[in-house]
Amino acid sequence: MSTDTFPAGRPADRLRDGDQPADRAPSAAARKAGGVAGWIDDRTGSAKGVNYLLRKVFPDHWSFMLGEIAMYSLIICLISGALLTLWFVPSAGHTIYDGSYVPLRGQQMSEAYASTLNISFDVRGGLIVRQIHHWAALMFIVGLTVHMFRVFFTGAFRKPRELNWVIGTVLALLAAIEGFAGYSLPDDLLSGTGIRAMEGFVQTAPVIGSYLAYGIFGGPFPGEAIIPRLYSAHVLLLPAILVGLFTAHIVLVAVQKHTQFPGPGRTNDNVVGYRVMPVYAAKAGGFFFIVFGVIALISALFTINPIWAYGPYDPSPVTAGSQPDWYMGAYDGALRLLPGWLEFSFLGFTMSLNIALGALVLLPLVYIVVGVYPFVERWVTGDDREHHLLDRPRNNPTRTGIGMAGIVAYSVFMFAAGNDIMAIKLGMSINDITWAFRIGLFVLPPLTFWVTKRICLSLQRRDRDLALHARESGRIIRGADGSFHERHDALTDHERWILVQHEPVEPLQLTPDVDENGVARPAARKDRLRAKVSHFYFKDAVNPVTPAELAAAHHDGHQAEAIEAPFDYEGIEGDSDHTPGTGGQGADTDAGRSEAAERGIGSASRLRE
Amino acid sequence: MNALAARRRHPAAIAILLMLGLLVTGFAYAAVAPQPAKAESSSAEDVAAGKQLFQANCASCHGVNAEGRATGNGDKIAGPALAGVGAAAVDFQMGTGRMPMRAPAVQAPRGQVQFTQDQIDQVGAYIASLAPGPAVPSEEDVDASKGDPAKGGELFRVNCAMCHNFAGSGGALTRGKYAPSLMGVESKHIYEAMETGPQSMPVFNDGNIAPEDKRDVIAFLKSVEDTPQQGGHALGSLGPVTEGWFAWFFGLGILIAAAVWLGQKSA
Repeated sequence: MSTDTFPAGRPADRLRDGDQPADRAPSAAARKAGGVAGWIDDRTGSAKGVNYLLRKVFPDHWSFMLGEIAMYSLIICLISGALLTLWFVPSAGHTIYDGSYVPLRGQQMSEAYASTLNISFDVRGGLIVRQIHHWAALMFIVGLTVHMFRVFFTGAFRKPRELNWVIGTVLALLAAIEGFAGYSLPDDLLSGTGIRAMEGFVQTAPVIGSYLAYGIFGGPFPGEAIIPRLYSAHVLLLPAILVGLFTAHIVLVAVQKHTQFPGPGRTNDNVVGYRVMPVYAAKAGGFFFIVFGVIALISALFTINPIWAYGPYDPSPVTAGSQPDWYMGAYDGALRLLPGWLEFSFLGFTMSLNIALGALVLLPLVYIVVGVYPFVERWVTGDDREHHLLDRPRNNPTRTGIGMAGIVAYSVFMFAAGNDIMAIKLGMSINDITWAFRIGLFVLPPLTFWVTKRICLSLQRRDRDLALHARESGRIIRGADGSFHERHDALTDHERWILVQHEPVEPLQLTPDVDENGVARPAARKDRLRAKVSHFYFKDAVNPVTPAELAAAHHDGHQAEAIEAPFDYEGIEGDSDHTPGTGGQGADTDAGRSEAAERGIGSASRLRE
Repeated sequence: MNALAARRRHPAAIAILLMLGLLVTGFAYAAVAPQPAKAESSSAEDVAAGKQLFQANCASCHGVNAEGRATGNGDKIAGPALAGVGAAAVDFQMGTGRMPMRAPAVQAPRGQVQFTQDQIDQVGAYIASLAPGPAVPSEEDVDASKGDPAKGGELFRVNCAMCHNFAGSGGALTRGKYAPSLMGVESKHIYEAMETGPQSMPVFNDGNIAPEDKRDVIAFLKSVEDTPQQGGHALGSLGPVTEGWFAWFFGLGILIAAAVWLGQKSA
């Protein structure tokens, strides 16, 4: 910086080395902007905070933008929802429709439904705003779900981010409830059926069910209270909590710094990436417009929730294909899978467990299981350190397997909600489909766990193999002594670092039940359980290649296999295509990794925090 | 009036009143009672030709004299007896290609129509000659332009939507049976289906849904077919399942592609 402006042509210029070049005078526009910023800073002291935010460094990876899909969809929902409130009438009052949609003219309906028809057909641009609102709501929950997948499978929920994971879980639950309240508002035939179903769920709460339902509806179903109540929850209460928790979520991300994938130069103490200003301001800002554009495009081309086709709500009819939006589908599916004999009479009370288990138990259970997982894993590993480097999913096969099994279990429930659509579209019997899901619910998750874990372990072994022996080039070289060997292309240090950076793990060892004095330790039973779970997690762990193993592989060729033996597994033993030779392997690849050298790697243009 | 009043205690008065009461009730009932199924008048040649067609194409399942046949396998039947189903049932089943059935199945699917309308009418005349049954509706009965789609929509949601879906897209029934899609079905066949209750469908006779109301239902279904898709592509009018599927595959797919693209655009 200092010498750039002074060409080192003449010897005398050396004297000027270290001189500070005069600052160029700022342009008029910059002075004006600076003046405004200064004026604001003088009055709010915000410069420090803004400076902090604009200088934050974020790492680069496409999967870090999944949460942004959710964030932007939420913002789109807020904007489009505010517009819809200008015309929506949250009232169950009776009216007769005389708007421009002919097939419903002269029909009795609620004011909520009539105003939604009005938004769809008579307010200019109303239909597309409605469809943007609804598609954005679906994308919001899709986005936050895949964001949770990313956080889970990379272990980003570990200390110090457990709390943020819990906040995110609560956000996910509230988003689903917010969605339910929203699609129930138009009071069309489908949403009315949904509210009726909800009333049924509430009624299945043992003992208090019917009182609770009366309380929620202000009397018997449907009454006129539920629409205004859902409305205030949907536009006031839930959005306030959502935005509040969401802000906390983001602030915690800023305070704790973003996690990053492992790589050369990336440690637990830095963040390698780009600053918000200008790179991420452009990327993330641009992504907002991409998300908005894609949602607007979908809304313009594809119908969502055609309330005019459903007709006004009337408690007597119900339509085939009555399903909730996808994020409530799992609980609807559970009701379809639960057998009817779970309803029985107990001490004169009817216990509708066939409904309660699917509706009242499963819904909170899903989010409790998700929210509690980080604490379970911490208890198993006993790991109390902070983690800012992400796991590659393959490097924690058990966690990845558990996650996939959970996703599959949830999906079985969710797909079961569409059993009638599958039956008619695939020409199958709905009874057979339901039975397939019932069996699948118990068979598929363990199967998925096993398959996922085996795939992860295989990938890890492949990584080990790659780190130890590099890539087989397919070129056979004849040595001076007439021997043949295959040339292996060397990995770069960067490539190898990714393969070997993770921590070796092993199951916790059981400590003796009695201490050295022969007195039983009170914690022994808990420890036994913990050791058992730890064994489940880590018993077949494939650990990364150590520098010693790498050096041995390079210098001793075939004898390296002996060093690997303790970790050995079926595939690697008979590694006969890899010919030993003092001149072969070692000559082509770099020597083993040196801890210090690796740490130093990192492109100079990248910033650290 | 005086003369009548004077004779009100005449011994015959009670008998005359009883007769009057019975006559009034009888005529009133005859005026408002559901019309008995009417057999369409048709020529003897039609019946004879229809019988021939029937015996050649239908008798293997329905019996030589349309008396129905058992398979001999438990209480399963090959085809039901057809006396009294009327020409409307024949016109529906053969006119939509459901009969002759191509293969044994839980339900006869729609198919290629195998006969000309004249031949179908002849078979209908033969079946109607066996016992009175509902006749093929008139042109006016099924004229959608004379119906009220709003009222038809209400009737449809109350009586039909639980199986056929809110937009007539069809729905699943038990054990592989289904309520078919009503899109692209001829008005006449919709009317006949309501009147005769084919397969798993209940019968909606004129006592359940009056002929004008049936016409309203037809008008509603035709309006669903004819109105443009206001919100864009309707994704099959199947409700939230397809919407969720679309959000996951296309919405998320496009956005992830955009995220990957942005992630690769390093500064």
